[in-house]
Amino acid sequence: MKTAVIVFPGSNCDRDMAVALEQVTGRAPAMVWHRDTDLPDGTDFIALPGGFSYGDYLRSGAMAARSPILRAVADAAARGVPVLGVCNGFQVLTEAQLLPGALMRNAGLNFVCRNVPLKVENSQSLFTASYAAGEEINIPVAHHDGNYFADAATLDRIEGEGRVAFRYADSVNGSARAIAGVLNDAGNVLGMMPHPERAIDRAHGGTDGLRLFEAALGVLA
Amino acid sequence: MKVNVYVTLKPGVLDPQGKAIHHALEGLGFGGVADVRAGRFIELDVADGTSDADLDAMCAKLLANTVIENYRIERP
Repeated sequence: MKTAVIVFPGSNCDRDMAVALEQVTGRAPAMVWHRDTDLPDGTDFIALPGGFSYGDYLRSGAMAARSPILRAVADAAARGVPVLGVCNGFQVLTEAQLLPGALMRNAGLNFVCRNVPLKVENSQSLFTASYAAGEEINIPVAHHDGNYFADAATLDRIEGEGRVAFRYADSVNGSARAIAGVLNDAGNVLGMMPHPERAIDRAHGGTDGLRLFEAALGVLA
Repeated sequence: MKVNVYVTLKPGVLDPQGKAIHHALEGLGFGGVADVRAGRFIELDVADGTSDADLDAMCAKLLANTVIENYRIERP
């Protein structure tokens, strides 16, 4: 199992993500710099971490989505390599058009940083197979721009195709239809605002996030 | 050559920042403001003869996120 974490200037959850990946796979991920043009040979799982890539200049994730390594990430995603984008990573994936929609400023304008209950909507994906459909899990959020937006036709389509992975059980940021995580049409790219890598140890207050990594990485092992 | 680009939220996209500005204006006693929508102004200094198509591509590929934003290019 060869995993990779993409590191942008301003990423700040890259090491947390690396800890989560190493804990599950037993092997440290490759930390891949945004200026690189290729992923290590044989990379079979890619994570885009949280943070404030490029200082959120222009729009959250906008600059990172145009960085050289994203072409390699998009190519890998097209080949079916699993890609997980968390928080800023989710913003990058929407800006790169690997996922539909956009993430706007929270409706309440506040930075929201707390544990939130999530409802698992799709338990069939490679990322969510360790959860039961409809199960409520607890994962922390920490974001300012997590207000998911897509036009009504897109929302109807992704809901109809089972591509909403998680929904907020409570009001958090004004997201359309309370969407917290979205899959691409092939099911191998997941973007989510909550941070599963911050819920992998009982000392974190919960291990619901660990199950996502176990599912995603166990399937491939 | 200076080119001005105006990036604005599409109609129907909620604008929490515009709403906050609106409330602040009301708090300052400015009545009669029906609505506020915030956008972004970008000034480009480009080579003379830069084509409309290139300017449009700059906006569509980077300066605006066309999922939520419209853009308007103003040439001198």
